[in-house]
Amino acid sequence: MLRTGLLALTFCGLAAAQLPPAAKTKIDFARDIEPLLAKRCLLCHGPQQQMSGFRLDQKDAALKGGASGADILPGKSADSRLIRLVSGLEKKVMPPMGARLTTDEIGLLRAWIDQGVDWSAAKTPHWSFQKIQHPSVPTVRDRAWTRNAIDNFILARLEREAVAPSPEAAKLTLLRRVSLDLTGLPPTPDEVRAYLNDNRPDAYERLVDRLLDSPHYGEKWTRYWLDLARYADSDGYEKDRSRPWAWRYRHWVIDALNRDMPFDEFTTEQLAGDLLPNRNLDTLVATGFNRNTLTNREGGTDPEQFRDEQVLDRAATLGTVWMGLTVGCAQCHNHKFDPISQKEFYQLTAFFNTQEEVNIQAPLPGELGPYLAAKPEYDGKRRALLAEYKIPEALADYESKLREAALHPGNHADWDFAYGEFTHTVDNARKVLFLDPARRSEVQQTAVLDVFLGSCGNLYPKEHCDELKVRDVRAKLNELNAKLPQVSYAPVLLENDTPPKSYIHEKGDWREHGTEVQPGTLAILPPLPAADQAPRLALARWLTSPEHPLTSRVAVNRLWQEIFGRGLVYTSDDFGTQGDRPTHPELLDWLATEFMQRGWSMKQMVRLMVTSATYRQSSHARPELQEKDPGNTLLARQSRLRLPAELIRDEVLYAAGLLDLRIGGRSVKPPQPKGVAELSYAGSVKWDESTGPDRYRRGLYIHFQRTVPYPQLMNFDAPAASLACTRRERTDTPLQALNLMNDPVFFEAAQALAFRILRESTGAFRDRLNYAYAVTLGREPSAREAERMGKYFDDASRDLQAHPQTVAALFPNQLEGVSQAEAAVWVELSRVLLNLDEFITKD
Amino acid sequence: MDREQFLRIQSRRKFFRECAGGIGTVALAQLLAGEGRAADTGEQNPLAPRKPHFAPKAKNIIFMFMEGGPSQIDLFDPKPELRKWHGKPLPAEMTKDLRLAFTKPNAAVLASPRTFQPYGQSGIEFSDYIPHIGSCADDLCLVRSMFTDAFNHHPGQLLLFGGSIQVGRPTMGAWVLYGLGSESQNLPGFVVLSSGVGTSGGSSNWSSGFLPSTYQGVVLRSAGDPVLYLSNPAGITREMQRAGLDTLKDLNEEHYAQTGDMEIAARISSYELAFRMQMAGPELLDFSKESPETLAMYGVNEDPTRQFATNCLLARRMVERGVRFVMLNHASWDDHTDLNRKLKKNCDIADKPTAALIKDLKQRGMLKDTLVVWAGEFGRTPMVEIRNPRDADNGGRDHHPLAYSLFLAGGGIKGGTVVGKTDELCMNVTEDKVHVHDLQATILHCLGLEHTRLTFHHMGRDFRLTDVAGSVVNKMLA
Repeated sequence: MLRTGLLALTFCGLAAAQLPPAAKTKIDFARDIEPLLAKRCLLCHGPQQQMSGFRLDQKDAALKGGASGADILPGKSADSRLIRLVSGLEKKVMPPMGARLTTDEIGLLRAWIDQGVDWSAAKTPHWSFQKIQHPSVPTVRDRAWTRNAIDNFILARLEREAVAPSPEAAKLTLLRRVSLDLTGLPPTPDEVRAYLNDNRPDAYERLVDRLLDSPHYGEKWTRYWLDLARYADSDGYEKDRSRPWAWRYRHWVIDALNRDMPFDEFTTEQLAGDLLPNRNLDTLVATGFNRNTLTNREGGTDPEQFRDEQVLDRAATLGTVWMGLTVGCAQCHNHKFDPISQKEFYQLTAFFNTQEEVNIQAPLPGELGPYLAAKPEYDGKRRALLAEYKIPEALADYESKLREAALHPGNHADWDFAYGEFTHTVDNARKVLFLDPARRSEVQQTAVLDVFLGSCGNLYPKEHCDELKVRDVRAKLNELNAKLPQVSYAPVLLENDTPPKSYIHEKGDWREHGTEVQPGTLAILPPLPAADQAPRLALARWLTSPEHPLTSRVAVNRLWQEIFGRGLVYTSDDFGTQGDRPTHPELLDWLATEFMQRGWSMKQMVRLMVTSATYRQSSHARPELQEKDPGNTLLARQSRLRLPAELIRDEVLYAAGLLDLRIGGRSVKPPQPKGVAELSYAGSVKWDESTGPDRYRRGLYIHFQRTVPYPQLMNFDAPAASLACTRRERTDTPLQALNLMNDPVFFEAAQALAFRILRESTGAFRDRLNYAYAVTLGREPSAREAERMGKYFDDASRDLQAHPQTVAALFPNQLEGVSQAEAAVWVELSRVLLNLDEFITKD
Repeated sequence: MDREQFLRIQSRRKFFRECAGGIGTVALAQLLAGEGRAADTGEQNPLAPRKPHFAPKAKNIIFMFMEGGPSQIDLFDPKPELRKWHGKPLPAEMTKDLRLAFTKPNAAVLASPRTFQPYGQSGIEFSDYIPHIGSCADDLCLVRSMFTDAFNHHPGQLLLFGGSIQVGRPTMGAWVLYGLGSESQNLPGFVVLSSGVGTSGGSSNWSSGFLPSTYQGVVLRSAGDPVLYLSNPAGITREMQRAGLDTLKDLNEEHYAQTGDMEIAARISSYELAFRMQMAGPELLDFSKESPETLAMYGVNEDPTRQFATNCLLARRMVERGVRFVMLNHASWDDHTDLNRKLKKNCDIADKPTAALIKDLKQRGMLKDTLVVWAGEFGRTPMVEIRNPRDADNGGRDHHPLAYSLFLAGGGIKGGTVVGKTDELCMNVTEDKVHVHDLQATILHCLGLEHTRLTFHHMGRDFRLTDVAGSVVNKMLA
């Protein structure tokens, strides 16, 4: 594996020098050593267990050593067994699992031992639990380079490291970069021209403001939030039932981001929109954030087990998304590394345990009037229809059998089975079943009736169902329903009027109830204000209170990550002791403070970042920095980043002139090869291809079917939407190449692009090529590129003369004034352009 | 391994390139020319073959996943004692802690109507439904003492392949590919084949989870393109594809010369590998060079074995071509009703090709390097499940997580052995309990991987396939 390659390198180094050299710096135990021990040693040599009798979390015990005697000899690192073990010089290697210690880490341990094994307790808690500071902006030598305070922080560090920043990127590069970052769409040729001709000193800032005002800003930035919200359009388990209204939540996010809803409000509405004094339909739809958990409707499962899983996921997601803490690690035991006890984790789950899933009627504009007008007549006809077929009586009998099975299982196998089916189909089934039918909501009444009519035969002999004419009732009901003007629904969470109690789960097992717990947070964090408000509302407000050390840091770090490709804290999912420290701690705190002071405006923070000189640097590689800073953490240049899955689709369709630019709305199912959906459980997933403009909607709107997701999304590293994803990988695989070259969706785009080039540009080859480059890359081809493309054009033309039968397949259309063969060659050229690394990358 | 190592690998890659001749297209050309020596340039490519932790017994694995839970009582673990109980419920004390998916613990016992007979030198007994598998007895290690934590399909499958009942973990194939890389220059390292209906777990059974998506299983489809988007669009000939790729490469190199970004070089090589896959795919699927005897042995050209046999033969051909992990799904063995008929149908599909695969691997000298696993996610109850009292003759069996059987063969496995015992009624394991995590540890062991060392740092801790458990089952090993 990769590790072995690395080990080989390490060992080469060791063979030459025996031991990595001790670090030359003065060791600070709390900064340099304690986190290292916590991360790599304490699992086996810490408070929980002391393998070989060795314990490394207390000075006395550590100096005493383990079964083999003293492992640490103060002042003599080269002779200390600890050093020899981690360096691979003994028979055993420590740590025995995971990556080996790096030479730098061993160097720090050596220096620590050589300097006398200082064990000064940290004077302050872990950095991320400390109050957010508002550091003063550092002074720099090259003041002319800086454009805003961000640059002072970045440049001060660069100057300390004696590294110069990169020059500003070319105007065109910058235009394309910032357009992609803010709207996810490249500039059009007109926008390129306008920007290049804008010589006002603040042309760039004006551009940024225009892009921030674009409704496509909300679309672009919604995607990253949906990754955190584990958004999907299906249940996730087994039959993986579709969630036809999940998009209501997505639509809410787009709208909120476009309106620049302050992040504190954004937080409160999603976590507690149902509890707000000014609660309305929008704040209810916002609670859909936590409806994105997976649902298991598999026959035979215990609904309570998976309800419990959802509650735990909601607490863990809160930790990940708002606090950057892996609180979920405390499900089975106290967190091994961070100050999070198991009890505290279950206190967090208690905020969510009292919620229940409800699908409410949430009419879209224009739906309600016609619906209300038609409703009384519909209700009357429906009642009459059901009465005519004696359904209420049959339903009552059905329900009484289900209630009997619920209370006394094991007496009638068929009743038990029918009850199981009922619980996996109707939300909050048991509660609904025992609720007086008169008190059931309309949604609940319909759900109960639907199960009965749909599966009568599972409980009654066929003759009984035939006698009731169930089939006729279904048909007539469908007919009636089809005439009723529809209202839309939304999945939300509301407080349960019969809330269950919350307990610690012993060893994380949902069946093993330990001590009862009340809603509460972590002792290491500021206390929850004891105000007279509902606990979950208090929780949401507490997260964005000015004293909270995590929320603002975690949130700005993700905005930074979205723009610069890596967070100031690389582990954007983990701000705990196991995570990385910030590369620029003062900058992070400065940004976190700014965020709060600017009223939690995400647009203002994004604007601040993209107008910095740091952002505007060229992304060209700096060979002299490759060894020193391979991850570009110093930001002496910009990073070139391959676009995420959705934006690759958007860009291809946009260049081809196919992209449908409507904002928001339902999910769509663009064409995908046969056999993809068919791999779902017993082929239960149906992929009904969208038609018309819906085929060409942005990637954001593609229906996400969890068990058989859209292949292009998965090939380009979209997350699986099962847990909050804070950071996507960016891989490079042959499947991506096949996808971009051969997917009919992308080939159709190449054909459309050729059509566009030929229709919208005239003249000689070079004029057309210029236009092709303008709509794809926003620039002119270089002389060498034009020459290469010219050669390709000639070769391909000759080849097509030899294979005239393929022309019609390549370009089925007719275009006046252009031969079909020439058009076919342009399809081939377009295909190359759409596959260019530059095209799918933000330079 | 974690991100830091990735980064160092990347800088090593850059180092390699510069040593090879400076920046620019010359270096690129050299870099690409070096592709054939993947083993020497292991640091460049996350899929390059990598050394295992210790000398492996098996280099490749074929995991035959029998989705739904085949009935061990009717196939692998004869229980004549059940006849005495047939039609009667078990004593309450035996079933008081039992949690089943559909049936209640007081359901009546269903004795197996199957007859069992011993096979081979080892004399291991198999049911009359699977005589071909029986004929491989001396190469098989039959484990009768499996148990698992999950009694529903999707959680059970997640546990089997991801080590946890939660969605989101990397799966066995992804772990193996991550640990060992791929030997194949022009096929994916982890390939998924399916027959029958779709599985409960779907892609979560071959997901890369939080590992880079490079390691996810690639579905080889039985209809249309064998790998998604493998064929050129209509009208694009092979020569046109090549000419387009040459142009693309030259233009990408132009951009590389300007930006100096090594990712461009990586992308160029991905496109080249994609092209090689396009060439290799049809060759893989072309059975014309297989002998008529081989085709007949698998049952490729006859029903009902056709599809399953095709997949088995493809599995062998892929292993021959260096594919590391072949996952061969067949769904579904979830026989809640009409057990006798449905089980026979699946056995008629799977028995002969499974045996043919093992024998074919053996006759070609490949079995010693290939680990074959044949397993479901759990077993089935000794009690009958009757969903409809009006149709009680067509009973089935419910999910049974506490005691079930599976078998392994090939590299590292001790043939002709039985591991473990269950009680007379097959309610519980009585000897040599093997948990799913132990099975995983043993599979990794055969491949030269120490399960506690195959880790990936994510969300604050090192994750592994066996979660925090698992030990190698030595009795299964040669």
